[in-house]
Amino acid sequence: MDKKIAVYICTGCGIGEALDIEQLSTVATKECKAAVCKNHPNLCSAEGAQIIKDDIANEGVNTLIIGACSPRVMYDVFNFEGTILDRVNLREQVVWSHAPKDEDTQMMAEDYLRMSAARMKSTLPPEPYKPEQEMSTDILVVGGGTTGMTAALEVAKAGYRAVLVEKEDELGGFQKKVSKNVTFPFKDVQANEIQKLISSVTANEKIEVFTGSKIEKLSGGPCVFNAQIKQNGSSSERHIGAVVMAAGWQPYDPEKLEKRFGYGESANVITNVQFEERAKSGKITRPADGKAVKTAAFIQCAGQRDPQHLAYCSAICCFTALKQAIQIKQQDPKSNVFVFYQEMRTPGQGEDFFRKAQQEGVIFVRSQAPEVLTRGSKIAVEAFDELLGDKILLDDVDMVVLATGMVPAAAFGEDFKAKKLDEEPDKKKDEMVASVDSIFMSDILNLEYRQGPELPELKNGFPDSHFICFPYESRRTGIYAAGPVRRPMGIANAIEDATGAAMKAIQCVELTSKGMAVHPRAGDLSYPEFFMQRCTQCKRCTEECPFGAINEDEKGNPLPQPTRCRRCSVCMGACPERIISFSNYSVGMIGDIIKSINVPEEYDEKPRMLVLCCENDAYPALDMIGLRRMTYNAWVRVIPVRCLGSLNLVWVADSLSKGIDGILLLGCRHGENYQCHFVKGSELANIRLSKVKETLDRLVLESERVRFETVAITDYDKLPALLDEYAEKLVEIGPNPYKGY
Amino acid sequence: MVDVETQSILVVGGGMSGLTAAIDAAEAGHEVYLVEKNPYLGGRVAQLHQYFPKLCPPYCGLELNFRRIKNNSKIHFITMAEVETVSGQKGAWDVRIKINPRYVNEKCTGCGKCSEACTMEIDNPFNYGMDKIKAAYLPHDMAFPQRYVIDPELAKSAQGRTVKESCAYDAIELDMQAKTVDLKVGAIVWATGWSPYDANKLDTLGFGNYPNVITNVMMERLAAGNGPTKGKIVRPSDGKEPQTVGFIQCAGSRDENNLPFCSSVCCLASMKQATYVREQYPDAKIYIFFIDIRAMDRLESFYANLKQDGNVTFFKGKVAKIEEDSATKNLVLRVEDTTAGSLNRITVDLAVLATGMQPNTSLSPVPALAQRDDYGFIASLQAAPGFFAAGCSRTPVNVSEAVQDGTAAALKAIQSIVRR
Repeated sequence: MDKKIAVYICTGCGIGEALDIEQLSTVATKECKAAVCKNHPNLCSAEGAQIIKDDIANEGVNTLIIGACSPRVMYDVFNFEGTILDRVNLREQVVWSHAPKDEDTQMMAEDYLRMSAARMKSTLPPEPYKPEQEMSTDILVVGGGTTGMTAALEVAKAGYRAVLVEKEDELGGFQKKVSKNVTFPFKDVQANEIQKLISSVTANEKIEVFTGSKIEKLSGGPCVFNAQIKQNGSSSERHIGAVVMAAGWQPYDPEKLEKRFGYGESANVITNVQFEERAKSGKITRPADGKAVKTAAFIQCAGQRDPQHLAYCSAICCFTALKQAIQIKQQDPKSNVFVFYQEMRTPGQGEDFFRKAQQEGVIFVRSQAPEVLTRGSKIAVEAFDELLGDKILLDDVDMVVLATGMVPAAAFGEDFKAKKLDEEPDKKKDEMVASVDSIFMSDILNLEYRQGPELPELKNGFPDSHFICFPYESRRTGIYAAGPVRRPMGIANAIEDATGAAMKAIQCVELTSKGMAVHPRAGDLSYPEFFMQRCTQCKRCTEECPFGAINEDEKGNPLPQPTRCRRCSVCMGACPERIISFSNYSVGMIGDIIKSINVPEEYDEKPRMLVLCCENDAYPALDMIGLRRMTYNAWVRVIPVRCLGSLNLVWVADSLSKGIDGILLLGCRHGENYQCHFVKGSELANIRLSKVKETLDRLVLESERVRFETVAITDYDKLPALLDEYAEKLVEIGPNPYKGY
Repeated sequence: MVDVETQSILVVGGGMSGLTAAIDAAEAGHEVYLVEKNPYLGGRVAQLHQYFPKLCPPYCGLELNFRRIKNNSKIHFITMAEVETVSGQKGAWDVRIKINPRYVNEKCTGCGKCSEACTMEIDNPFNYGMDKIKAAYLPHDMAFPQRYVIDPELAKSAQGRTVKESCAYDAIELDMQAKTVDLKVGAIVWATGWSPYDANKLDTLGFGNYPNVITNVMMERLAAGNGPTKGKIVRPSDGKEPQTVGFIQCAGSRDENNLPFCSSVCCLASMKQATYVREQYPDAKIYIFFIDIRAMDRLESFYANLKQDGNVTFFKGKVAKIEEDSATKNLVLRVEDTTAGSLNRITVDLAVLATGMQPNTSLSPVPALAQRDDYGFIASLQAAPGFFAAGCSRTPVNVSEAVQDGTAAALKAIQSIVRR
């Protein structure tokens, strides 16, 4: 497109009083080559916006630079169809946070205008990605238990087709083994309605069911997935839009308790899962001899909340024990039923169910370490009762039920990374730049992804996600985990969860089929393009992509899968040859922005520090400094980036050779409690930066000239001091020796 | 022919559940109206200092959600608004919405001149009245939308004119009236959230009488950088740094006389707040008085880690009574140690009541078609055909579950408007 640039400067909200607008306009017309440059005392007013609209209609301007408030506000006013537009944040980040009528403040405003012009010069409106293949909106659901069946049914009810794949010969999953349920309204044990659910799934025309089947291979990406489904030795292929992964859980292996609680020593010690199998058959009897159960003891947290076994709480075992205890009481009100618990966990209205068990006469013993003693066929339970403050001994127990926990189906199998390292022993460990993901080869999805066949793990085998704010966002685009494979949960939760995951899958196909990105850059039409002629097959892009969006051919060339891409641009930062770019975001563009900064000569004693910051967290924090009218050093020049993971080291070289004295990266917390929306971006930026530091040290260029700081969005009270301190540090170090070259 | 109006979805409540429901439905291509009673979006989480278990600021995720709204023309949000009536049925609901006067129109640039010109002060609702704010105010630093609000008292007062004249953009309308808007929508998601249980009802615990007895939601504001003390946790009575802090769990919850249900989040909330205190005062001693610690799934590790902290004592027992030492304003907690069977008197500088979640559906009117349970929750996702409940309108949930619920409700709403 032929760009005709127009610059509009708002003089309201203090901008006009703090800056020399005439001089700023000269920069716009002379240096930025703006065909039109206007200012207005209230640009966001209807009148102000009309001036811009008129210029678009009458003057043919199509590239707009709005020098006013932060792009975070008035986004709806400054939105003109058919144009490309950039906002210069003169209000929050210049005049509200720096001294008015000051030379440094004025230079800052002028630089931001130049930087915007440089950005607009190389930005192009994105064209949506259209794959060659036809796009599918069908949803593949892996797992035919309560979660999977619910997901398939919910997808179908919304008018989409579902393909449901279950490894067992029948649908139903774990609930098929269960006699009764605990769920809303938690007043009593309830009938198990799994059969009803199975019938509605099999009767639904929009759901295709594969039982006794598995996913042999899943290749492609959202809207262009190709699933190979193996059933009875034959293979079928389905074209798929998105995936709900509901592979469920396995009971923790009670053998691993090594006879603790008497498991394996007496046939009358069983697990809560084995109890279900017995209850399902009708009468609850003593396992060893089928005699009546007069006294039963439930031992909670058997191998849970225990670093030796499962470190987490399986969330459902308290409810399960209450249900089973009530079942025994309802079968024989005269029976004695004890529940030995560490913490009773019945949240929400579930508290009613705890009360119900008490009303039924179940006896509760709070004890941290009950012991099960087996003497021949006799069992006793000994425990310190915290409520009595005394030891109790329960003799002649007919049956002990252990609450062993839930292990996600994704936690089984060999670790892909370990296997990979075994296969490539020559691969040096230090080449693994970021912390290594663990992916268990659990034989659920069998993704044909270079980065491994299943979802990366967060902890304890549960898939990785931003589990607080965005719990469905997995590390593999278009694949949403749901149910107990995502976190331990019972059916009350699993049904909601399945519905939510179905929603995300539908959302994914709706966005992807329009060429748009999904979360967190939902709606973004840009996507990475690779200039393959210059690729050196270094594999960094494929290794560093947090979402596994890039495959590889046998020669090591990247094979990008744009529908899997989240547009974080980590690959762009990773590429040493700089061959990866977006139509509106590229290494060259940020380089040009850096080069557009007017760096004063050494003797002017005006250092310049470049701040590259995360646009979601650090950038709003900088706005807040302005909103609170706090101040910071005016030598700062800020460039927001999609993610710090897009940091390409050439930007450091560009900055230093330009004479900029210091480069500060403001990114999100990484590590175990990471906040980076792209999971690994800030971690990778930090690693890349430490490599530059080594180089700088070798070149005897002070390594303090580059710095990484972790900043949260609410750290705006601390940021000014951090920026000022760094500015002082740069004065101390002295000017960049490349200045003026 | 597609009827655009009845193809749309109404989400009531702009907190975590409602926001998520609205955005998720809009990103799947549907028209959404989001109605929020506060002058800003974000709901209860906007007032939290950090989330458990990551100890990260809620605004990180909120900013992203707000960005999703800004980038999506299908979401229409209305603040300071409440649903007055709902009639009709699935696919064709008639909803009357009352919009309370903000006295500030869309011309507001957020420059803050009105606040500078204003001398009248009001109790700051964002900080639960722990400090004062100008009567022309931005609800909080990161408020979205970034638009000022004028308190009705100021609008009525003589100073109103001065404040109006300070605005260079003609954004203040002192005669603004409440107005009603009628919407026709196809589906409704009710996500009106919760309120802290009224601690004044717990008459043995001294809230309201003793200044150093505060609630858990107040503690969030004390710890927050944009709170009444700029993030420094101090005693309300004298601004002293607390050296001993007692967290009283189940203050009202799991109690037949108050909230018979468990509020689900208070255990983790108090443990999280214990880390706030520990971070600011490395020598401070903390007691957590509890019945059961409910740290489900991966949250267990947060509990396990805190138990390793020698300065944190988990005390199994219910606090029966709190008394104040009138000289020191310290608090004497009478608590039965169920393990030892003894009655203890423990003195703390600051007592934090883990007051539970009162569902707003139990406090304010809900369309009659939505059945409520014994405690006032709309206890099922689908309360009626085309009418859904999400988040704490349904059951006490933490943030992650509220999001899960919001996403699920979005799909249920979509199902009830799609034409097959």
